[in-house]
Amino acid sequence: MSIHHKKHEMPSQEAQVRAHNFQEVALGYTPEIALEEAHRCLNCKDRPCVSGCPVNIAIPDFIAKVREGDFEGAYQIITKSSSLPAVCGRVCPQETQCESKCNLGLKFEPVAIGRLERFVADWHNANVHHPAVKPASNGHKVAVVGAGPSGLTCAGDLAKKGYQVSIFEALHTSGGVLVYGIPEFRLPKDIVAKEVEGLKQLGVDVETNVVIGKTLTIDELFEDGYEAVFVGSGAGLPNFMNIPGEGYKGVYSANEFLTRSNLMKAYNNDPVTPIMKGGKVAVVGGGNVAMDAARTALRLGAEHVYIVYRRSMEELPARKEEVEHAIEEGIDFRLLQNPVEVLGYENPDDRRDPRNGFVTGLRCIKMELGEPDAKGRRRPVPILGSEFVLDVDTVVIAIGTSPNPLIKSTTKGLEVNNHGGIIVNEDGLTSREGIYAGGDAVTGAATVISAMGAGKLAAKGIDEYLSKK
Amino acid sequence: MYQILHKRELNPTVTQMEILAPLVAKKAKPGQFIILRVNEEGERIPLTVAGTNPEEGSVKIIFQIVGATTALLNSKNEGEYIQDFVGPLGVPTHTEGIKKVCIVGGGVGCAIAMPVAQEFHRLGADVTSIIGFRSKDLLILEDEFRACSDRLAVMTDDGSYGRHGNVTVPLKEMLDAGETFDMIITIGPLIMMKFVVLTAKPFNVPVTVSMNPIMIDGTGMCGGCRLTLIQDGKRVTKFACVDGPDFNGYEIDFDEAMSRGRMYFDFERHAYEETCNLLKGAKE
Ligand SMILES: Cc1cc2nc3c(=O)[nH]c(=O)nc-3n(C[C@H](O)[C@H](O)[C@H](O)COP(=O)(O)OP(=O)(O)OC[C@H]3O[C@@H](n4cnc5c(N)ncnc54)[C@H](O)[C@@H]3O)c2cc1C
Ligand SMILES: Cc1cc2nc3c(=O)[nH]c(=O)nc-3n(C[C@H](O)[C@H](O)[C@H](O)COP(=O)(O)OP(=O)(O)OC[C@H]3O[C@@H](n4cnc5c(N)ncnc54)[C@H](O)[C@@H]3O)c2cc1C
Ligand code: SF4
Ligand code: SF4
Ligand code: FES
Repeated sequence: MSIHHKKHEMPSQEAQVRAHNFQEVALGYTPEIALEEAHRCLNCKDRPCVSGCPVNIAIPDFIAKVREGDFEGAYQIITKSSSLPAVCGRVCPQETQCESKCNLGLKFEPVAIGRLERFVADWHNANVHHPAVKPASNGHKVAVVGAGPSGLTCAGDLAKKGYQVSIFEALHTSGGVLVYGIPEFRLPKDIVAKEVEGLKQLGVDVETNVVIGKTLTIDELFEDGYEAVFVGSGAGLPNFMNIPGEGYKGVYSANEFLTRSNLMKAYNNDPVTPIMKGGKVAVVGGGNVAMDAARTALRLGAEHVYIVYRRSMEELPARKEEVEHAIEEGIDFRLLQNPVEVLGYENPDDRRDPRNGFVTGLRCIKMELGEPDAKGRRRPVPILGSEFVLDVDTVVIAIGTSPNPLIKSTTKGLEVNNHGGIIVNEDGLTSREGIYAGGDAVTGAATVISAMGAGKLAAKGIDEYLSKK
Repeated sequence: MYQILHKRELNPTVTQMEILAPLVAKKAKPGQFIILRVNEEGERIPLTVAGTNPEEGSVKIIFQIVGATTALLNSKNEGEYIQDFVGPLGVPTHTEGIKKVCIVGGGVGCAIAMPVAQEFHRLGADVTSIIGFRSKDLLILEDEFRACSDRLAVMTDDGSYGRHGNVTVPLKEMLDAGETFDMIITIGPLIMMKFVVLTAKPFNVPVTVSMNPIMIDGTGMCGGCRLTLIQDGKRVTKFACVDGPDFNGYEIDFDEAMSRGRMYFDFERHAYEETCNLLKGAKE
């Protein structure tokens, strides 16, 4: 039998249509396409794909089940290693993980592992409805800080072992970046809500509106009888560029822009939370966050959206699929360009002019790639005298985030590195007994799957620690 | 869900509520604030903790009805619930080493200033309070201020009550007369705070301003509340929700803060009209 050289295409909304709505872009494989794609897998003896997945899903085994048409069997294999397959199948950067190692990829396109994973998870969610059973309690209480992927995973694994788990979340909704950052058109919020519902059925108690470090401290959690604490508070502190003009009206951090749109639902027709709509928008940065902000701006009604990135296409850190989608939707990529100043309207003759203080443009300088740095990435250097102005009304800054210092500053003896990341050992244990941590709070901004993996690891560590106690 | 235990109208546009939120009641200190959401679709808005009753587990808030969300909040009655209530947020007002303080409050800013004045009084400091309002019918909390102040000046812009004029008038008189303070703390409209700073400057009295920029999460995640401080000639970005809301008045870039505060002016006016119409419709 001859092998399809290419992955089966993902059925998607047309670029022209989807650029104006917030519905999911990729529609998912049908069972027929999934069966055919599963037939592309060679079921390799050496299983290189497995080592490419940060949580080592038994990829050839689940794909074999798909090939047999046993979709629930495939799901059961995946959930041994991953608790969020419907999420990771959608948002993992597969091209640098599992699929990058696929043997088929040496000659053709690799197997569409992520798409198959998503198919299996969606099939399960649509067809299998037995509520999770709450396991018998083992009498131990554990607290989890933050309801992002790392915290949700850690809570789930511990609850399954009989721990009485409480999650404390600062915002009014659970999900972390999955709800306030990643937009609906890439990850529908009801998928996240379903995961949280599943945890509640397992007996996990979710307390929203509790900021650890303010409402309660970690030491108070111990006083309240929690025997171990997992910190999965993410890396939510936005970085600014520290260039002139960042105080003008219309300059947002990507977190603010996306939070207004996603969490506060400013994408609705008549929202209660305001956001800039229309006009020309420049998004600064080249990661997933920048792509999400740019495509959100487009859907909110911007007439033109630029991505301003200081390196070239090859170095764009965003998922390949999202970059392709963004190009198809008409996002204008301005590569090898770097902002030096935000320009704003000032009318010195009329202080009451309503246009005063609003953004009018972004002054940028052209860049070229110089010598490679220690990591082998070629450093961008400005080209003297190449400055120019992009006419825009809104600037969204998506140049990265750092861990929030709140927990460190309110927890004695908790050590962090010089980027603010909490220091942990190979079991996820911090410098303080009984306190574990994982996800972006440890590594700085990374990926959903690595945060989930860290949550699993810490759950194991906590279980071993409390079993010995 | 958080229950409204008590509700009282302080004047036609200012309402006081006590909300059942035991964790917040236990922790909150003067100068801190909470963020609430009235219902599932609502906006998140910050309000200062105006007092707590740890036994009852309640937190007092005092708010002025200025827009859609505050109007919606005011439509809720005793016994009803609000969706979300999170706090205490922000850094408590710094009180250490301050023996003699002047509190300058303007309008609903007096609600924010009141617990601070009470705290200094409780700590045994000498408290001078200057509170100002546009006119007599907007006056709030006069008795509360009188109870915790060694000296009190009440000002109205139109002279309909107390003394005629701005809050800076008595402040300047006192400073001219040689009065000194360890700290002036001012809370109110940005323009008023800016003038309090300018009034105090020639006398070298330190001024703390309580900033209230637009906020969303209140945890340092969005950067929407950012302010520019000018420290040693350098422009430094700070987040009011985690680094403040109190700042050194001499360092704030007031012009930028005033400009940013008006970012959504048209939107807010529209949302307010819509909500008023909705609430009116519901009553009829
Ligand atoms: C816009 C955007 C797009 C992204 N796209 C992708 C993608 O396509 N693929 C991918 O793999 N990754 C992507 N990422 C990265 C990924 O989302 C994160 O790496 C992942 O969510 C980290 O999970 P976490 O559990 O460590 O933290 P988070 O998801 O950040 O969750 C932390 C939670 O803790 C809460 N919290 C924080 N402090 C406290 C406190 N003191 N008390 C109580 N609660 C607290 C927060 O409110 C939050 O809910 C993206 C990120 C963003 C912002
Ligand atoms: C830390 C902090 C503490 C505060 N404490 C109190 C308090 O104790 N009592 C009280 O009445 N108000 C307080 N405020 C102001 C309060 O948050 C706003 O009045 C409220 O958000 C208005 O919401 P709205 O939807 O009703 O009106 P909107 O329609 O959002 O706004 C109506 C008007 O209020 C202005 N406004 C909007 N947001 C704010 C804001 N965050 N601060 C100041 N003005 C704003 C707008 O520019 C507009 O002119 C505080 C603000 C902050 C940041
Ligand atoms: S979890 Fe991510 S990396 Fe692992 S197999 Fe699935 S898509 Fe690949
Ligand atoms: S490497 Fe590729 S072809 Fe081989 S088992 Fe893994 S997914 Fe299948
Ligand atoms: S309100 Fe979002 S960072 Fe302060």
